[in-house]
Amino acid sequence: MPDIDIATPLAPASAKTMLHGLRGFFLPHRIAMALIALAALAAMIAYMDWSWLPAYLPRLWSGLGMTMIMLVASVGIGFLFALPLGLAQVAGPWPLRWMSLGFCTVVRGTPLLLQMWLFYFGLGSLFAQFPEIRESWAWPYLRQAWPYGLIALTVSFAAYEGEVMRGAFAGVPAGELEAARAFGMSRGKTFRRVWFPRALHRALPTLAGEIILQLKSTPLVATITVTDLYAVITRVRQSTFLTYEPLLFLVAVYLCLSGALTIFLRWMENRIPSGG
Amino acid sequence: MFKTFALATVAAAAIAMPAIAETYKVGISAEPYPPFYQPDSQGNWSGWEIDFIKELCDRIDAECVVTPVAWEGIIPALNTGKIDMIIGSMGITPERAKQIAFSDKYYDTPTGVVALKTSDVQPTPEGVKGAYLGTQSGSIQENYVSQYFADSAADVRIYQTLDEELQDLSAGRIDAVVGDALAMQPFVDSDAGQACCEYRGAVENDPDVLGRGVGVGMRQDSTELLAKVNAAIADIRADGTYQKLSTPYFGDVDIFGE
Repeated sequence: MPDIDIATPLAPASAKTMLHGLRGFFLPHRIAMALIALAALAAMIAYMDWSWLPAYLPRLWSGLGMTMIMLVASVGIGFLFALPLGLAQVAGPWPLRWMSLGFCTVVRGTPLLLQMWLFYFGLGSLFAQFPEIRESWAWPYLRQAWPYGLIALTVSFAAYEGEVMRGAFAGVPAGELEAARAFGMSRGKTFRRVWFPRALHRALPTLAGEIILQLKSTPLVATITVTDLYAVITRVRQSTFLTYEPLLFLVAVYLCLSGALTIFLRWMENRIPSGG
Repeated sequence: MFKTFALATVAAAAIAMPAIAETYKVGISAEPYPPFYQPDSQGNWSGWEIDFIKELCDRIDAECVVTPVAWEGIIPALNTGKIDMIIGSMGITPERAKQIAFSDKYYDTPTGVVALKTSDVQPTPEGVKGAYLGTQSGSIQENYVSQYFADSAADVRIYQTLDEELQDLSAGRIDAVVGDALAMQPFVDSDAGQACCEYRGAVENDPDVLGRGVGVGMRQDSTELLAKVNAAIADIRADGTYQKLSTPYFGDVDIFGE
């Protein structure tokens, strides 16, 4: 029975390494810290006032939905704009290069809150003065607040990521592009097969960080009357006169969201082959 | 030796303190609320309520420091001792009275609706059908709107300040603003207000939501202060000072209510 002979020495060894791994994880200070964290959580749940939570749950869900829509849409659309913005700065003709450089500099050099207010209170009020716009099909959308919040978030994301993509495109070694051309690939094919994938892979860790930052920028839309998660929590604070509980709840939700995003983006990163 | 002396001085000063006028921090909202209170370009606050605070503090022999606080956190700020009184147009509502003590009312104003001239909004649940309404975050009007108007209105927008609501109203992005009738008066009288909008009247009163006038907010254990404040308000009313304070701001309009 050769299989037993092979199996017996293996089994205790693997159990041993597993035990060792676990012991490595459960160091005394880690156990202590975990216990303290659990005790703090239990104390928060037991001694703080959470009675408001069930009544506000539907509104919290719709607020969370608005936060997610703002994040996903601004990241998606913003990235589509970031590609040409980055590419134009690296390989574009000079007017395009200067225009995209100017755009990125202006947007990155001013506060997002200011841009949002310029869009909403500035541009939005301007639209309202033209009867042609007020009577058009677009007015029901233009009088709402969320399009302005989305535009401001998208513009900001596009500018920051345009800069990131500029660096990423510029950082792909020229030799690789020359090699692709030497293989007879057209310029378009070189871009699709070599330049873009290599640049994206370089930019991914940075992009992941920027998406988390974007999540934390979304509460600004509450200042222009968009009811996102933060706005709902503000409402809870006003009607319950509680300070810590709603804010701690908000901390927990944003932590969970950024944690989930981090895991998802790490997974994405690992799926894209480095190619070099 | 020196230490003992220093300690003795501190102790003496501490004992001597109550003889000097008591100092209170009086909280108002950090957002301007004209004509009740607004800052000038130097950051000095003025308005009817600022005059009222001065008068009240004189009568209770206290030094008062006007302290702007974010409105949504003003009740916690009072209860944690960051401020000692709220004299910032806070309506006396049952919900708030669970958290803090209120004096008797010192003014009362109806909740009204200012609407675009082009809209046909009326201050009733049927009258706001399909309309875009604006209201201020954390106000009694917001509670009223969410209870009575939210179902029939097309959308309710919640603003941080009254100024922003009125700006969006004159731009035509909302159809009507539900707010404090007196606070909206300066806008309705202004050129911009005259051009676009008009006052459509007061909403039907619900004291449980809209409160029983505006009172001074204090911590629930400040019973002594509460008695002094109530006496001072009655005095101000009785000796004609109240009229003198109000005329420059409101003319003949009686802001005390019935």
